[in-house]
Amino acid sequence: MDKKTTLAQLRDARKRYGRVQALNGIDLSLHAGEVLALLGPNGAGKTTAIGLLLGLMRPDAGSATLFGLDPQSLQARRGIGVMLQDAMLPATLRVGELIRLTCSYYPTPRTLQETAELAGVTDLLQRPYGKLSSGQQRRVQFALAVCGRPRVLFLDEPTVGLDIASRRRLWAAIRELVGEGNAVLLTTHYLEEAEALADRVCMLAHGSVISEGSVDALRARVCLKQVRCTTRLDVAGIGQWPEVVEARIEGDRVWMSTTAAEALVRRLFDADPGLSSLEVHAAGLAEAFTQITGEADVATESVDAPLQREAA
Amino acid sequence: MNAMTTAPFDMPLRRVLQVYLQEARSECLRYLRYPGFLIPTLCLPTLFYLMFGVVLGHANGADAPRYLLAAYGTFGVMAPGMFGFGVSLAMERDGGLLMLKRALPMPPAAYLIGKMLMAMLVAAMVVTLLLSIAVLIAHVPLQPLQMLRLFAVDLFGVLPFCALGLLLGTLVKGQAGPALINMIYLPMAFLSGLWFPLSVMPKVLQQLAPVWPSYHLNQLALAAVGFDRGAVWSNALALCAFTAVFLLLAVRRLRRHG
Repeated sequence: MDKKTTLAQLRDARKRYGRVQALNGIDLSLHAGEVLALLGPNGAGKTTAIGLLLGLMRPDAGSATLFGLDPQSLQARRGIGVMLQDAMLPATLRVGELIRLTCSYYPTPRTLQETAELAGVTDLLQRPYGKLSSGQQRRVQFALAVCGRPRVLFLDEPTVGLDIASRRRLWAAIRELVGEGNAVLLTTHYLEEAEALADRVCMLAHGSVISEGSVDALRARVCLKQVRCTTRLDVAGIGQWPEVVEARIEGDRVWMSTTAAEALVRRLFDADPGLSSLEVHAAGLAEAFTQITGEADVATESVDAPLQREAA
Repeated sequence: MNAMTTAPFDMPLRRVLQVYLQEARSECLRYLRYPGFLIPTLCLPTLFYLMFGVVLGHANGADAPRYLLAAYGTFGVMAPGMFGFGVSLAMERDGGLLMLKRALPMPPAAYLIGKMLMAMLVAAMVVTLLLSIAVLIAHVPLQPLQMLRLFAVDLFGVLPFCALGLLLGTLVKGQAGPALINMIYLPMAFLSGLWFPLSVMPKVLQQLAPVWPSYHLNQLALAAVGFDRGAVWSNALALCAFTAVFLLLAVRRLRRHG
């Protein structure tokens, strides 16, 4: 499969709800064999962008295509798998019945067993959906998304409510599918997830794409580094140092962000020769995101606490 | 610029039919396993009929059990149509299931036909229960052909109420569904003479009765069990018209608002 084959595309897509311009003419291409992560604060237009590609609504202007076809056509939709943020599936149906039903929609579905293994729900097949925990339900929804052997997978916040082991397992399944040449469009609030999975990251704010590129390229745009250590120094005092952008207590350590990591570390050791557990990291997507949306928001109001990094 | 793939995802007709079957099967299983829907739908008309048609029935004349068989049959098949369609659609629009189904490659008609077959199955259960009570307990004198005719009237009579339920389900979301449908279901049953004969009601309500689809279904049911009502074709035609109008309005709303 040619890596650059475009499977899903938005071209100058615009969508307005009443007086709110949800999408302000965005371009988005999803290629075979890649994971594209769509990030942005609530209300940035992520859901609308996905809704256009799924054919749930039509753009006011511009176009949305799936495999070069109208997303509302049944033919195009036979090539996609979908996991939405909240879908209350029939509680009295058993997991195996739900998978079999969804398989029937597709031309060349996986077998029940194959689907169950891929999604890690083999032990749940006989259980009624309504009796499952929310994490188990999420895994069943993933099973339904992949059971039709889709070429394009839409995953909206796929790992909300999953424990660490199930999350890793789901990531492994996603990587396996992408390795086969399928494409994944992922929205997530867990930046760690985007960092772990995405080949490209597309950031939306106020209905426009404000940044697009690889995870590394995005990080490189941000020169901040993070420094953590255990020290007897006062965090408020450290916050006053010119090398420090921000300082706070994180657990039993002090967390600092800086543009001059080397100078900061030297000054820390000068002030407290006994400091320990020192770590220096390049900025994560969270910092990149805050900085980039901050740049996009200059002059307007501050970003309304868009992303929460997972507590783990 | 990259070329777009045009991947044809064709399905043979046999497999497409399979979707309709699976969808109907799932819908039936789903509600037959849900006592909150099945028990009131089956018990209300049978208990009412046992009480007013059988135990107290003969006090109202020899024909009362036969008359009330038709009336409670109509009352009984309104519920699977209105609740089966209306409440489930209102819930599924609220819970995101309808959105997921619209995104998945499911033919929209499979969804509606699945629910319709479920409602017809439950309607068949209701009318079978009522007929059994009528024949075995109340000893209502019925010809086999009359029983068959009542069964058919009630089986297909559920359809206008499916369409009405569909329309109501597009108007409200979630928990507002059952509330709205009860507010229409119960007064409509009363006003079309299902609980008390229209002849004992005020003149204005009698004249108003033909605006309710349940009135027309009840006329057909009464004719089926041997009460001559004259022109039953106009009643059948009225039910077809109700179905078409409700369906049209509902589909328009679904297209526009989802």
